[in-house]
Formats: sequence, C-alpha cells, structure tokens
Amino acid sequence: MAWQHKDLLGLRGLAKQEIELILDTAAPMKDIIGRDIKKVPTLRGKSIVCLFYEASTRTRTSFELAGKFMSADTVNIAAASSSVVKGESLIDTGKTLDAMGTDIIVIRHAASGAPHLLAKHVKARVVNAGDGAHEHPTQGLLDLYTIKERKGRLEGLTVTILGDVLHSRVARSNIWGLRTMGAEVRLCGPSTLLPPELAITGVKVFTRIEEALEGADVVNVLRLQLERQKKGLFPTIREYARQFGLNQERLKRCKSDVLVLHPGPMNRGVEIADDVADADFAAIEEQVTNGVAVRMAILYLMMGGSGSGAVH
Amino acid sequence: MKLLDKALLMDGDAIRRAITRIAHEILEKNEGIEQLALVGIRRRGVPLAKRLQEKIQEIEGTTVPLGALDITLYRDDLTTLDVQPVIHKTEVPFSLHGKKVVLVDDVLYTGRTVRAALDALIDIGRPQVIQLAVLIDRGHRELPIRADYVGKNVPTSKREVISVRVMEVDGEDGASIQDMVD
Repeated sequence: MAWQHKDLLGLRGLAKQEIELILDTAAPMKDIIGRDIKKVPTLRGKSIVCLFYEASTRTRTSFELAGKFMSADTVNIAAASSSVVKGESLIDTGKTLDAMGTDIIVIRHAASGAPHLLAKHVKARVVNAGDGAHEHPTQGLLDLYTIKERKGRLEGLTVTILGDVLHSRVARSNIWGLRTMGAEVRLCGPSTLLPPELAITGVKVFTRIEEALEGADVVNVLRLQLERQKKGLFPTIREYARQFGLNQERLKRCKSDVLVLHPGPMNRGVEIADDVADADFAAIEEQVTNGVAVRMAILYLMMGGSGSGAVH
Repeated sequence: MKLLDKALLMDGDAIRRAITRIAHEILEKNEGIEQLALVGIRRRGVPLAKRLQEKIQEIEGTTVPLGALDITLYRDDLTTLDVQPVIHKTEVPFSLHGKKVVLVDDVLYTGRTVRAALDALIDIGRPQVIQLAVLIDRGHRELPIRADYVGKNVPTSKREVISVRVMEVDGEDGASIQDMVD
C-alpha cells in the first residue's frame, strides 16, 4: 500500500496498515543512519522547512537530519527570529513558504490545531511536530517503532504511560497509535494531571503507580512539564517524585523484561531515577536514533509517488 | 494494460546452465575467488546471486561473501511514479573495501537500475572493481552501461516485457517474453 494523505497531523484516525507502512519503511532507514556515509539521493531537489514556534532540540534536529540524510534542502525558522514578531499570521507565513516552493512544512506550535489550520491553507505537505497538548505523531511513531524493535510486536502488549498526561501531546499520540496497533494502554498520574476525557477512549486509568505497573511490558515515562506547573496541580516536585517517580523498586512489579521509554528531556530524580534512565532495559537514546529513522520514513512516504494524486 | 505470453526464453535447465557458465566466466576473469564478492539487486537478483555463490562453492570449494542491495532510495524517478515502491533492507554484511564485486540482476534494460545500484554500493564502501552479471540483456540502454556476464541476449521491442521467474520468489524457474496489450 502507498501513503494516501497529504499531511501527517496526528495518529488519531490512521489505519493499522498505515502505521505498519511507516514502521516497516523506518527499518531500512535506520541502516542508513548507521553507515559511514549517511546520505541517499532520494529527496534531492526537495525542500523542507521546519517552522518552530516553540523551543526544541531533538525534534527539530531530528527532522533536519532526516531531510539532510535524504538529500533534501532543509531550512529552520524559529518564530522568535521570523516575521511572526512583526505580527504576521500563521496562514500568511504558510502562504509565503508555499510561494517559495516549499514541499514540506514541519510545524511545532503551542496552540492545539495550528498544523491543521496551516494544512488547510497551503499546498505544501504539513507534518505536525507537536501542537499544544494535542498530538506529537512522530514521537508516537518512534515510540511504537522502539517498542516493536525491542519486543518484536505491539499487539497484546501492556503499555503504562506514566506522569503528566494532562499536558502531554506525546501521551495522546501514544494512546491512539498503541490502541490502533492492538496494545493495552494504561495511564497513571496524579488525578489532577489525568484529563477525564481520556478515560472514555478505552484506556485504563490509575492513580496508584503500583497498580498501573503490575505486569506491564512497557513503561513510557512522561516529562513533568515544570514550566506548566504553576497552577498548583500537585503540591511539590519532591512529593511528585515520591508518589510517581519511576525507580528500580517499583519496576519489579512489571514484567521481568520490561522496556522503559522517555521522550526527553528528562528531569532525572523527579519522574525517573538515574539508575532507571541509564539501565539496559531503558531505550531512551535509542528512541532518539529511531526518531531520525521514523522521520526519514515519513518524508519518503510523503514525497515518493506523488504522481498518485495523494489526498487529504 | 495486459501482458500476453509470447515465447518461453529460458526454462529451469537453461537458467541453471547459464548460471554455471557465468560462474566459470567470473572465476576465469578474476583469476579465482580472491577478494571476490557477490551482491544481488533486489528482488530477483538476490536468489540469482545466491545460486552463483553455490556454483562457485561447488567449483572452488570456498564460499564467497554474498550481499543484497535495495536500490529504491537511489532511483531517479521516485516522485514521478504513480505507485510508491516499498523499501527493503540492504544487507551487505562484509566490508566492500578492496573487493571485486559482481553485481547480479535478472534483466538489464535501460541501465537506470544498475546506475542506482552503483551509487548505492559506492555509498556503502569502496570496492576495487565492480562487474555486472545479468541473466538476460534485452537492450534499449539509456545510460552507458554494459554487462560483463550475460546469460542470454534477447533483442526486444519496447512494447515487450521480459518476465524472469525464480523458484525462491515465484515458485518456478523460467524466463519468457510478453506483449503489452492495451
């Protein structure tokens, strides 16, 4: 099967076969990252603009390297140094990029739905690199890829997503992707950081970490978004660490071959203990490598075979 | 577009004999197996390369390294194709440095696949020499590329299609010429 969408805005609504196509395409891409010459000519002459309205190290660099490894021309725009500060609207910025012949716009925005709005107004293909607390589809895909690589499958696994689900776009993309692929999803965190609507999506919700970890195959630890914790949603960081921090002792409740993920950047000693983050059963660095492979796969699938008249 | 069988070019025995002859030619041209390696172009080049490896093993008593090359990422027509090709793994589990590499494919036509394969190989390592072995050369080259070893030369028209079938992929061995019918 071929990629049939103009844009990649979220994992919600993607079919199982579409997710499988991306994951299968990412495997040979990962080989390229491991070579001495990390470059293939696949996207020569194509242009990719990374339009970032929020700070990012790994996602932006990952997209930029993915494009460069495939010989595309990549340009980074940080909103702070663009015409956004002069009051230009998102749609006008998009139209400007369109007029310059941009093939793909990778956008990160603090407002949920911003990539959807942009996609409606530009000819360029749009990839959501994180919108507010909505979705972060490429992070979700790299998490799925990492789990499948380590466990050999996704179907039938129990995955516990631990921490600040309320503010997490990573959690939402994980939930949609994992459920589509047939995994059982558990959410765990302080009740103030668990959005009630997620309980109706078919996931199990826990407020006691011990119960959430019981027999889990995978634990995906979310970053405690300290910059968003001024609303008093939990008393102190110390108390959070004591109640919900993942440590070796708590991990004993999981399956013996448990896999630990973290989208980074980590608050060591808060949501995850040092000796957990650096253990062999954690794949945190591997997630970063896999992120480049998955993004290469997405760029390939979005740009290859455009003669098919791909649709929204 | 339909394809109608026109003639059988090679049966299983003919393919086996062609592989045997090419194996001898490879050994003769390279004066043995020192630094020799075989790399098949996916898909049908890979089983043909494997058969060449087995034949060389039979003749020389030594196994030469075998790799598989996927050239999808090196094609120059990706964004104009209607159907997106699926990418498979490239597996070259040995160093190409200093090797005499024999690239193996089923059909040589425009030469674009071989050009892509040459680019792909050179990105993986720096062989001493690259040679080309094909089961069928049907002509119509669009690039200055020539095979070193050919199982069978078949002059064709552009409205004809050469179909090579191998046991490992298609469940039978054979090569036939087909007509494109609108």
